[in-house]
Amino acid sequence: MTDIAATAPAHGHADHAHDDHDHDTPGFFVRWFMSTNHKDIGTLYLIFAIVAGIVGGVISGMMRWELAEPGIQYLTGWAQFFDPAASEVQGKHFWNVMITAHGLIMVFFMVMPAMIGGFGNWFVPLMIGAPDMAFPRMNNVSFWLTFVAFVMLVGSMFVPGGSGLGAGTGWTVYAPLSTSGSAGPAVDMAIFSLHLAGAASILGAINFITTIFNMRAPGMTIHKMPLFVWSVLVTAFLLLLALPVLAAAITMLLTDRNFGTTFYDAAGGGDPVLYQHLFWFFGHPEVYIMILPGFGIVSQIISTFSKKPVFGYLGMAYAMVAIGVVGFIVWAHHMFTVGMSVNLKMYFTAATMVIAVPTGIKIFSWIATMWGGSMSFKTPMVWSLGFIFMFTVGGVTGVVLANGGVDTNLHDTYYVVAHFHYVLSLGAVFSLFAGFYYWFPKMSGRMYNEFLGQLHFWIFFIGVNVLFFPQHFLGQQGMPRRYPDYPDAYAYWHLISSYGYVIMAVGVLIFFVNILWSLAAGKKAADNPWGEGATTLEWTLSSPPPFHQFNELPRIA
Amino acid sequence: MKSLKTLVIAAALSLGAVGASHAQAPAAAPAEAPAAAPVANPAPVATDAAAPAAAPAATEAAVPAGDATYVPMKPTPGVGQPIDAGIDFQPQVSPVGEQAYWFNHVILLPVITVITLFVLGLLLWVVFRYRAKANPVPSKTTHNTFIEIIWTAIPVLILAVIAVPSIRLLAQQYEPPKKEALTIKVTGYQWYWGYAYPDQGIGEYVSKMLTKEQADAAGEPHQLAVDNRMVVPVGRQVKLIITGADVIHSFAVPAFWTKMDAVPGRANETTFTANKVGVYYGQCSELCGVDHGYMPIAVEVLPVDKWEAWVRSKGGNPAGPVVAAAAPAVAAPTPAAAAPAATPAATTTEAAPAAAPAAAPAAKN
Repeated sequence: MTDIAATAPAHGHADHAHDDHDHDTPGFFVRWFMSTNHKDIGTLYLIFAIVAGIVGGVISGMMRWELAEPGIQYLTGWAQFFDPAASEVQGKHFWNVMITAHGLIMVFFMVMPAMIGGFGNWFVPLMIGAPDMAFPRMNNVSFWLTFVAFVMLVGSMFVPGGSGLGAGTGWTVYAPLSTSGSAGPAVDMAIFSLHLAGAASILGAINFITTIFNMRAPGMTIHKMPLFVWSVLVTAFLLLLALPVLAAAITMLLTDRNFGTTFYDAAGGGDPVLYQHLFWFFGHPEVYIMILPGFGIVSQIISTFSKKPVFGYLGMAYAMVAIGVVGFIVWAHHMFTVGMSVNLKMYFTAATMVIAVPTGIKIFSWIATMWGGSMSFKTPMVWSLGFIFMFTVGGVTGVVLANGGVDTNLHDTYYVVAHFHYVLSLGAVFSLFAGFYYWFPKMSGRMYNEFLGQLHFWIFFIGVNVLFFPQHFLGQQGMPRRYPDYPDAYAYWHLISSYGYVIMAVGVLIFFVNILWSLAAGKKAADNPWGEGATTLEWTLSSPPPFHQFNELPRIA
Repeated sequence: MKSLKTLVIAAALSLGAVGASHAQAPAAAPAEAPAAAPVANPAPVATDAAAPAAAPAATEAAVPAGDATYVPMKPTPGVGQPIDAGIDFQPQVSPVGEQAYWFNHVILLPVITVITLFVLGLLLWVVFRYRAKANPVPSKTTHNTFIEIIWTAIPVLILAVIAVPSIRLLAQQYEPPKKEALTIKVTGYQWYWGYAYPDQGIGEYVSKMLTKEQADAAGEPHQLAVDNRMVVPVGRQVKLIITGADVIHSFAVPAFWTKMDAVPGRANETTFTANKVGVYYGQCSELCGVDHGYMPIAVEVLPVDKWEAWVRSKGGNPAGPVVAAAAPAVAAPTPAAAAPAATPAATTTEAAPAAAPAAAPAAKN
């Protein structure tokens, strides 16, 4: 990203008073429930993601509580909260409901809405110098479809799903457990929830692609776009290509469940493994959908706080494109134990390892961006540094798992759980926190509390490492995923892992204290609180930006 | 470079340690082996021999008597099961497992450790050297083609170094089973396992988890102990034909580096060769419903003569179809053996279909 100097930033502030149509700001209901403003919709997405994150986080806390010691301690009691007649069978079913809900909520209703719906909506138009998204009303439809999808998913926990209330299929919804293996409407509701969330994401993806291709300000060529915009563009293409496959796959689940088709039933000529191929053809790009916008956010922050342009801009942009492309041809590494031919396994082993190359380019380019810079360590920067290291740890265990022969032992163990939480819970979530602190002054017009931000980082950093690092050990020892109970030998690391959750939860509490305190009493934020390093267009506007910005388009030198 | 060397040495040492524990593992087993003289005693043992509660007492009585009847073996602590607060893989007792363990500990683990420490070192260095106080004026460098080529090419080389043994390991895992391999049909049910030995004429019997009380009484780890184990002879390749009856399960034994999904409508094949006598546990590794966490796997590896005694106790013929094909006269006992006297009544109906495939391999040979 070469330096972007906006030659007509004067508009943002000075014209604001008479040009901004403040009197056009709609009333509360119309503004928040029928919104067509990208910033308002972005705010709605962020609030939604925080609420969903709390729900998903509480569920994971319950799981760690149950796993803190061997035996079944609390599950039956929790199941009785939903159904007073619940016995231990319902308790164990509730376990499966929790793992399902935790996965689906964190993927579809926390990370994706926050990354793409929240930061994407807020900052893609600002960064490319556009007044709004290309299809503002469709933007609103996307948000409310996501909302309804979430309500459906939570609702599914209250209706029968086989052995108890709720869908206990895992977030992967593998047939035949999700077809003949789960009677009752809960799984149908969960599938329909995925349909809605998928439709919302496809609409959002179309919106982003159209906006980025057509609404860049004069002079903002593709190769001058900030890397965050690049990341959202690549992500939008992944969404557009991957989600229809998921929609098809789960539609066939629905017809297998309700209308007697046998797409995934060998007895009728179908194949349960077909579902896995379709699911992971979506599922692997999905993990890049969750992490690529994080790459973009981190790139902006590293550059800002090093007071240096991103090193190897083109390499960074096309590394993301490469990750997106290769991400579509590695899906079966999630299925190494399903009974594939050895040649197929060799191919997927090799293809998967290839992804390490563009990922390595990104890691080294971030470090090279800092090299020679003049770094300051504000909260967004420490989160980004944490991101780079944690993502590296998660990345190298991914290289281990890529080897089909090694995965034979580690597949479906806690090693895999540790791996994907390092890249998501410590990768994607770290970049979310980084982005939140980075843009909080811009979005709210107030500074966050620096001390609480740093404290949040260190406590959270220690917490998640205590939580997830021991899970590598559990996995190497053979502890399988999705187990509510385990032999005594695993108790030691499970207990430590649960302690890690408590530490992490304290960190999250500090985060909420920080938000509430800052919103109420934070210092007023300047237009550009980060100084000369922050060169993208959003910092040329007021904090918070006017309700409508760039009525007169900025020109990019 | 020095840290790499240290790591490799550390890895080698830990390998050595594991090797040593391998050496100790079977110590108890051979001691028993001579006692079990091969006695031609085809009489099936009563069902309660499999009941673990009775097992400890039975061991004392049966073995010294020199009667090669089957008594469930005690697991060796630290082998074939997780160890308290353990961090490493379970000790491997199959050639593929040893190969994979070597690959992970000599190549993968050092490589990823060095890369992670390298990135951490670079991060700490830039944080220290290029903090605003130490470097108030930032440089304007944005490109350096040479270094960009380097950090693309070196990872490619590292991956190529990893890929060679990785592909070799896959090829080794997928070598076609030898002709003399022992075939066992494994079926995953909600929520237990069924094992059948078609060539030996052992119809399907069911393997269910013991309750915590039963496992404690039997001196076995709870959540892992089962009532009827899979029993295989030491050193002989085992070919598993794995399928699922209702939903997908996954048959896994970490100590053999074995995991294969049990998919309804498919017969997946995998092999292992256990080179150490002992009991090896595994757990279902694909979410299969409410009791997914309650259908463990236990494989007992016995000296050949003891394994043969176990086969006879199940009403089977240890020599299998080879004998049946070579000497038709001996085939007479086989149909009788196909009626598994020792299997619980509940499973006899399931055993009937399993007996049919038993005839098929015999015909082929």
